[in-house]
Amino acid sequence: MDLFEYQGKQFFASYGMPVSPGEAVTTVDGAVAAAERLGTPVMVKAQVHTGGRGKAGGVKFAPDIDAVRTHASNILGLDIRGHIVQNLWIEKASDIVEEYYVSFTLDRSAKTHLGMLSAKGGVEIETVAVESPDAIAKIWVDPVDGLREEQCRQWVLDANLNPDVTDQAMELLLKLYWAYNVGDADLVEINPLILTPEGQLHVLDAKVTLDGNAGFRHDLTAFEATQPRDEREAAAHAKGLQYVGLEGSVGVIDNGAGLAMSTVDVVNQVGGKPANFLDIGGGANADVMAGALEVINNDPDVQSIFINIFGGITRGEEVANGIIEAMNRVDIASPIVIRLDGTNADEGRALLEPHLSDRLMMAPTMLEAARESVALADGAAS
Amino acid sequence: MSIFVDENTKVVYQGLTGSQGRYYGMLNRDYGTQVVAGTNPKKAGTDVEGVPIFASVADAVEATGANVSCVFIPAAGVRSAVLEAAVGGVELIVVITEGVPMHDEAYFYNKLKAEHPHVRLLGPNCPGLISPGKANIGITAGHIAKEGGPVGIVSRSGTLTYQALYELKQKDIGCTTCVGIGGDPVPGTSFIDCLAAFEEDPETEAVMMIGEIGGSAEEEAAEFIAANVSKPVVAYIAGLTAPPGKKMGHAGAIVSGGKGTAQAKMDALAAAGVQIGQSPSEAGDIMAEVVAQL
Repeated sequence: MDLFEYQGKQFFASYGMPVSPGEAVTTVDGAVAAAERLGTPVMVKAQVHTGGRGKAGGVKFAPDIDAVRTHASNILGLDIRGHIVQNLWIEKASDIVEEYYVSFTLDRSAKTHLGMLSAKGGVEIETVAVESPDAIAKIWVDPVDGLREEQCRQWVLDANLNPDVTDQAMELLLKLYWAYNVGDADLVEINPLILTPEGQLHVLDAKVTLDGNAGFRHDLTAFEATQPRDEREAAAHAKGLQYVGLEGSVGVIDNGAGLAMSTVDVVNQVGGKPANFLDIGGGANADVMAGALEVINNDPDVQSIFINIFGGITRGEEVANGIIEAMNRVDIASPIVIRLDGTNADEGRALLEPHLSDRLMMAPTMLEAARESVALADGAAS
Repeated sequence: MSIFVDENTKVVYQGLTGSQGRYYGMLNRDYGTQVVAGTNPKKAGTDVEGVPIFASVADAVEATGANVSCVFIPAAGVRSAVLEAAVGGVELIVVITEGVPMHDEAYFYNKLKAEHPHVRLLGPNCPGLISPGKANIGITAGHIAKEGGPVGIVSRSGTLTYQALYELKQKDIGCTTCVGIGGDPVPGTSFIDCLAAFEEDPETEAVMMIGEIGGSAEEEAAEFIAANVSKPVVAYIAGLTAPPGKKMGHAGAIVSGGKGTAQAKMDALAAAGVQIGQSPSEAGDIMAEVVAQL
């Protein structure tokens, strides 16, 4: 779960790291009021889950209240790489002497945690990695031992930060690792971590991705409430379905993440465009199937539906009954093509047989079902 | 032969008294797996349909000779369940549970590696493994697999694993062992572990590998195959058209920063001499040709 910058800063602050005072607002008047309380100059910063905010005009320096009003009106509603700005973070402006970069994430190959620290912050780390890879000091942290002090000191020295702040940097990095580990983050990144004229290290930007699986240890409801989702994704999420909205016209329902991914691929391969990825999991009973069909049915772009089920433990006749019952409950706008295979597939197909029509079709293989559903979607569109 | 588990494997189920553990534990027993024990500290001395319940894995191992543990404990308890199983003395720990936090996975993976280097971990978030006709541990439907060989299967995805087993059975091709390594960020057993074991296994003559987007496990497997695997390998990779930045169901299945794409994985595998199917059924067809030429 990606946090907004201001939430990331709240997260860091809760682990004792130095962040600037600021307020999250959603209106121009709110921005002005916040700036008056904080005292100008302030930064007006778009809160979106994407990079490149600065280049897109989403981060502005406001020396006075008039500038706050101007910038806030310009940035609210701005489209940054497809993300519409709805939240602003108004923060007390900081003077900057140096800009550093630091992050922790999992190195999936090494199966340990990877820390990256650089004296060249403030630019995209991918750029630094290409142009001057030696400027990034890396450490691999054993998840059992954690980040040890002596290891952390060597890391700071390797990164060539200002020697005056070595101890301060160590303290901050140990806290950052603690936040990453105890806070169950998949990623923590500070870019830039700044050195102020007063010689203080300070968190100026925050990128945090929390692990949704760790919800039993942390209260994530406040962060979940502000997750931007399209309406389809929100509806599916509420029903406990694994759904990713795509931009095509063939609605896709599968029992399994790998199979769903594979189905999206096959629809593309035969020249169609899938409207979504939807995994209903192992059960595939009538309730789950009806919920999935409702979500697909409410997507106005969907012109045909491809249900691709492989019975493992789930038996074919259960799946067939689920589909039949779900169709009785939900009035489906688009024709459905079913591919049913695996355990007791013959029994399942026999149950579906009497219900077949030009609204409900069956295909013997995944490929043929994909072709039929794509042809139906194309026919409806033309 | 088979890899990791066979007819002599004795399994203790952590969580046998829960609904999922009981359901699949009994299905595994019906298949013919030696289901010898369950654990639950509050129900030691009782039984589940004749299978004795012990307070700990150590007690179960001592009393029954169990050498594999299968974990159906809810996500919050998996970290301590895995450590308990390792200390308890089993050789293989199979974690079916999904939704285990990444930091827990990284912790117990490295803890086992350091302190219990001879204990194999499979999963979390995996369907388990089956050596058809010998042992089925986890949630795979046993009857969709044909006994014998010559094909070994290793897969990151549950349903696509079943699909592969089923396609091979339809073509009358048997399977030595089918291992689901799971789709999480820190899988206990990797493609490489399975490829190495299949290479050593005399009855496995070809390997089917099913990967998906995210991470670099398939690329690492390709390097390993080029250097170490003499047997033919056929692969399918799911997620060719997955949009970047979207997690496709599994925690580990995400293309980010241009890394982990299906195309890069296919290219790496093809360069290592692996034959690639563009769909699961095409991979099945290719495997049928490979088997016919063995």
